[in-house]
Amino acid sequence: MARKMFERELRELSQEMISMGNDVDGRLLETIEALRTLDLEKAHQVAQSDEQIDIQEHQIEKMCLNLIALQQPIAGDLRMIAACLKILTDMERVADQCADICEIVAGGDFNGNSLALSHVVRMLEEARGMFRRSIDVFISRDVEEAKAICQYDDVVDSMFSKIILEVCDIITQNPRNVMCEVDLIFITKYIERTADHATNIAEWVIYIENGVHPELNEKI
Amino acid sequence: MPNKSGVLEQNAPNANFVMEGKSLYNRRAKPVDVVLKLLINGAAFLCVVVLVGILGYILVNGLGYVSWKFLSTPYSETKANLKGILPMIINTMYIVVITLLIAAPIGICSAIYLTQYAKQGRLVKAIRFTTEILSGIPSILFGLFGYTVFCILFRLQISILAGCLTMTLCILPTIVRTTEESLISVPSSYKEGAFALGAGKLRVILGIVLPCAMPGVLTAIILAMGRIVGESAALLFTSGLAYQMPKGFFQQIFSSGRTLTLHLYQTAREATTPDAMNIAFATASVLLILVFLLNRLAGALSRSLQKGTE
Amino acid sequence: MATKISIQNLDLFYNEFQALHGISLEVPENQITAFIGPSGCGKSTCLKTLNRMNDMITGCRIEGKVTIDGEDIYDPRTDVNLLRRRAGMVFQKPNPFPMSVYDNIAYGPRVHGIKNKGQLDQVVEKSLRSAALWDEVKDRLKKSALGLSGGQQQRLCIARALAVDPDILLMDEPTSALDPISTQKIEDLLDELRGQYTVIIVTHNMQQAARISDRTAFFLLGEVVEFTETKLMFEQPKDERTERYITGRFG
Repeated sequence: MARKMFERELRELSQEMISMGNDVDGRLLETIEALRTLDLEKAHQVAQSDEQIDIQEHQIEKMCLNLIALQQPIAGDLRMIAACLKILTDMERVADQCADICEIVAGGDFNGNSLALSHVVRMLEEARGMFRRSIDVFISRDVEEAKAICQYDDVVDSMFSKIILEVCDIITQNPRNVMCEVDLIFITKYIERTADHATNIAEWVIYIENGVHPELNEKI
Repeated sequence: MPNKSGVLEQNAPNANFVMEGKSLYNRRAKPVDVVLKLLINGAAFLCVVVLVGILGYILVNGLGYVSWKFLSTPYSETKANLKGILPMIINTMYIVVITLLIAAPIGICSAIYLTQYAKQGRLVKAIRFTTEILSGIPSILFGLFGYTVFCILFRLQISILAGCLTMTLCILPTIVRTTEESLISVPSSYKEGAFALGAGKLRVILGIVLPCAMPGVLTAIILAMGRIVGESAALLFTSGLAYQMPKGFFQQIFSSGRTLTLHLYQTAREATTPDAMNIAFATASVLLILVFLLNRLAGALSRSLQKGTE
Repeated sequence: MATKISIQNLDLFYNEFQALHGISLEVPENQITAFIGPSGCGKSTCLKTLNRMNDMITGCRIEGKVTIDGEDIYDPRTDVNLLRRRAGMVFQKPNPFPMSVYDNIAYGPRVHGIKNKGQLDQVVEKSLRSAALWDEVKDRLKKSALGLSGGQQQRLCIARALAVDPDILLMDEPTSALDPISTQKIEDLLDELRGQYTVIIVTHNMQQAARISDRTAFFLLGEVVEFTETKLMFEQPKDERTERYITGRFG
């Protein structure tokens, strides 16, 4: 009953966050599609449409700042808004990474038969899965699931190491197509970062719920 | 704890001010306190004794004589079987009611004018000052004035009406002052609230301010009633000492008639019959009871009015 | 956004002392406008000029122009009682009349000529509902309003002001005498009234202004330093004095 207006605005903020999360997730799916089929046109499209996400980011950022300036949030409300600001950055970065990957795909000359490429797609699917779960966890505020996401980061990390080794092998065996393989390494690195952002988001959800950021807590 | 006090003494910055131990108990009363307390209690006791003494004396001497017959028969100085006080009760009623009918509206209206309409300047201050002085004037002066003005100048003769007009002058200052006080004590926030709703001034005063001040106004009126019932000197001059039964409702207003107080005065003073003192005491008892009842009424009324507003 | 109240070059004097210096404000219709500023800065004084409550203060003189819907309220033809009906006022301390809840609300309509019992009943219920008080008092309409809690009394005063069907609501620090929960209820209520009434609220509590108002005017020493959208005022005030005040670095 109390603070209806503030409650309403918090709900709006939450909805905007989820909607942006869904948009970024859609971006990831398109990236997977572009990478898997090596659809140059699609890749080009994704690479060019990053601006819309940026606008969304700024809008939500403004909402958060308004709430802080006008509504004096404290305790759980403050954690929620602070976490939103951080999660926002992570989501925007993920969208950036999609654009970066697609840019490489659009400009690169991949032969679709590379074994490594299918592994990279596989890894991207895993990273996207993590991101999807992190957005779901932001909605459900399920701390256990959030912790599971953080732990799942290790799976993606080990995939990353394997792919790098694999690509290095390819380069030493067949150095003719080095540029293409280097591109693959970049893409792999971007995917690894994407998984990290998903982990960050899950960590901020834990912060919202428990008031303690897991990573910081470990270090202290 | 003597050892503790020894430690304290060594460390105390001021050697003259040392607490003996730390206990909170054992505070001995000082002789001055005891004497003062005795004096105060004694004074209060004296007051109560005197008051109860007077009341008791009057009631013990008078109550025995009060009976329905005493209250309901007329009075005659000569006939021994007509020693009631019915005419005086009626006359007292006349004077109380008529005086209040004249004085209350005038008093309340002037209080409203003084507090709500008049510019709060020198004139209002002067009026306040004079009303204060007036309320302190001995009532016999009012009697003299009433006699010369109402009885003689206005040709009202010695009559109940002249008495009422004189009593009006007597009680007007009290009514004005008390009403003023209660009007002033109405929180201005009520007025502001009403004005802010677009109510006109008269409407605000009649609908908000006056009802809020009503307990005070009522107290003023009932105090005035007590004053009228108890008044003798001013009425001696103006309404006279006649004790005949009223012949007609309006006729009585223009004829002389004595009130209970005057009756008390007259019977005690003349003492023409052996039981005159009994009659005086009985009348005094009736008066006392009447005043007591009026006071209770004032209290009850203002309480019930306040209940309505709180 | 249409202008409801326009204040143009308003000077106000208490005898020789000038309390307001050339105030000019355009108050938009059906929005909540907050007046903030330190004590004695003239914000309450300015508010009281809008329904001419300053008329009652002897020695108070005014220069300049105040219009409501284009009509000059200081024009000699202006009927002050009609003006006050259009612009209701809620005071700092809840001031219900010492009568029943019902009579409190019905007072205004009665003053303005509604006598029909059924009609009064309707107005009372509607006003109490608008002030979010109906459910709390519907069983005690005939009981004295002074028995309500402070917060309820203040909402009663808001309902009483709404009962005469104003389009403007002037609120002079309406929550400064209330506890935080009652304050919150009043703020929620104001949010609900937004869009239906042109509300001007004077407040010492700038967080309150931030929370509920659409536009904010910052008063200082009888002048309006800044008057802008509340968001702008609290995120990037233009005037350095405004910034110092709202960040609590004043003095």
